[in-house]
Amino acid sequence: MSVNTEQVRHIAKLARIAMSDAEIEALVPELNAIIGWVEQLAEVNTDGVEPLTAVIDQQLRLRDDHVTDGECRDAVLANAPAAEHGFFAVPKVIE
Amino acid sequence: MSLTAKTIAELREGMSAGEFTAREVAEAFNAAVAGAGALNAFTVETPDEALTAADAADAARGKGEAGSLAGIPLGIKDLFATEGVATTAGSRILTGFKPPYESTVSANLRTAGAGMLGKLNMDEFAMGSSNETSAYGPVISPWKRNDGGNAALTPGGSSGGSAAAVAAGIAPGATGTDTGGSIRQPAAFTGICGIKPTYGRASRWGIVSFASSLDQAGSMARTVRDCAILLEAMAGFDPKDSTSLDLPVPQWEAGLSSDLKGKRVGIPAEYRIDGVPSDIDALWDHGVEWLRDAGAEPVKISLPHTQYALPTYYIIAPAEASSNLARYDGVRYGLRVDGDGGLDGMYAATRAAGFGAEVKRRIMIGTYVLSAGFYDAYFTKAQRVRTLIKQDFRKAFESCDLILTPTAPSAAFGLGEKTDPLAMYLNDVFAVPASLAGLPAMSVPGGLDGQGLPLGLHLIGRELDEQGVLNAALAIEERAGFTHRPEKWW
Repeated sequence: MSVNTEQVRHIAKLARIAMSDAEIEALVPELNAIIGWVEQLAEVNTDGVEPLTAVIDQQLRLRDDHVTDGECRDAVLANAPAAEHGFFAVPKVIE
Repeated sequence: MSLTAKTIAELREGMSAGEFTAREVAEAFNAAVAGAGALNAFTVETPDEALTAADAADAARGKGEAGSLAGIPLGIKDLFATEGVATTAGSRILTGFKPPYESTVSANLRTAGAGMLGKLNMDEFAMGSSNETSAYGPVISPWKRNDGGNAALTPGGSSGGSAAAVAAGIAPGATGTDTGGSIRQPAAFTGICGIKPTYGRASRWGIVSFASSLDQAGSMARTVRDCAILLEAMAGFDPKDSTSLDLPVPQWEAGLSSDLKGKRVGIPAEYRIDGVPSDIDALWDHGVEWLRDAGAEPVKISLPHTQYALPTYYIIAPAEASSNLARYDGVRYGLRVDGDGGLDGMYAATRAAGFGAEVKRRIMIGTYVLSAGFYDAYFTKAQRVRTLIKQDFRKAFESCDLILTPTAPSAAFGLGEKTDPLAMYLNDVFAVPASLAGLPAMSVPGGLDGQGLPLGLHLIGRELDEQGVLNAALAIEERAGFTHRPEKWW
């Protein structure tokens, strides 16, 4: 499979990265080179092979369901580019 | 011998014997760091942090309460969150970010009494093998070729700042992280030791995420013993990381032994690949003989899916990265760039300005292989091949206890010499399989090539057998007699 300009533009939109037409054009052959290379996996017979989900076998732990954290609003907001009235501030979404 | 020429073990011994104080050690390394700006190894220097920890260590020693790393100043890769100290991950998008918390690994080191010299430069989000993707400019290797030229060489990546700082003697040890070779390849390029433990040994909490199923912290230092000392302090169960292993940390330093009697060392046929310089194949043969001399028995093994490890990695790692890096949205921390005035425009403009070319490339690949219609063909397929790679190792370890390979297919290359992304990816051909299988692996210096540049040997162990890896590395270290240091030019 390979990607064209329109598909790369769509991937950039999904990835939320603004790109100029020139950047998109430059990425098409780069991505196709990488995609063409990883496609050699198609020649590996994986019939009946389970996808690996945990690299070291172990059970996911459960913990008691009680509050262990919180009361640190100022620390949470300290690095925000914009914070107002104790909240993260973003550009207006709904008119 | 100057203080900065000493190993961590020697510094610890000298401070215990009262030959010098932790403050003197911190001052010596602070001065070395301040004088090595030309290496661009640090993104932030924290001499005051080093002095404060040193004074605390001297006081603790006076009371007989010194921790295992009391008074040892370390470099911390800028992927570890450090409370109140800028943490950039080598990226513009984390400009101004000062974590209000400390990563578990760096907190463990502080608890053991270590100080911090500063944050070490690295490839952006650990995506790179040459340090050239850092938003803060590449780290320059302290090594030069012996051809009389003055070409600036890469220290490797992504833990390039860590490797350069240790090799140059401006830090006695450093933390690194390894997703697909990021500790081992730079260690090999700079003539130092570096170990990546079993996945889950060291907590990932507070380490900026790249590919969560692969990321693992480890230690980098001049000797195998120093790596063991550091790793012992870094590792341990952490309830804040769901993949942390709930196991006691072995006493790796006390367990060091270069007697390999009864050990079988696997030599995988598939790692003998075309285009690798003869110096590297020759060193590999030396490595086999050194291990035989230490009592081990070399055996031929096969890891049949080796050639598929890199393409598998370059599906899985970008997929996980595209998901992990979705958090950089200009809202909670770091850079914000206003776009068209709307929210989506702000996201896209922030990420366009904040990420470098390689990070964007990997996010794009990851987004593609996870997108509707392609997920099974790429991502699920790669996870199935990953199972086969893991099975290859499991089967090989039925007939051997350890595996010996070269660390990297070349010595350090010049900055700007490799511009094709695929050619760059191939640099991790020997390192990536062990990452995909979550196995402990280490690079130890073996010798110099014809250009006078260091080459590393690579040991891979069974799950949880860091001790076996360290011991074989020690046997090589004792026999290789690698004492070369780069000549100071910075």
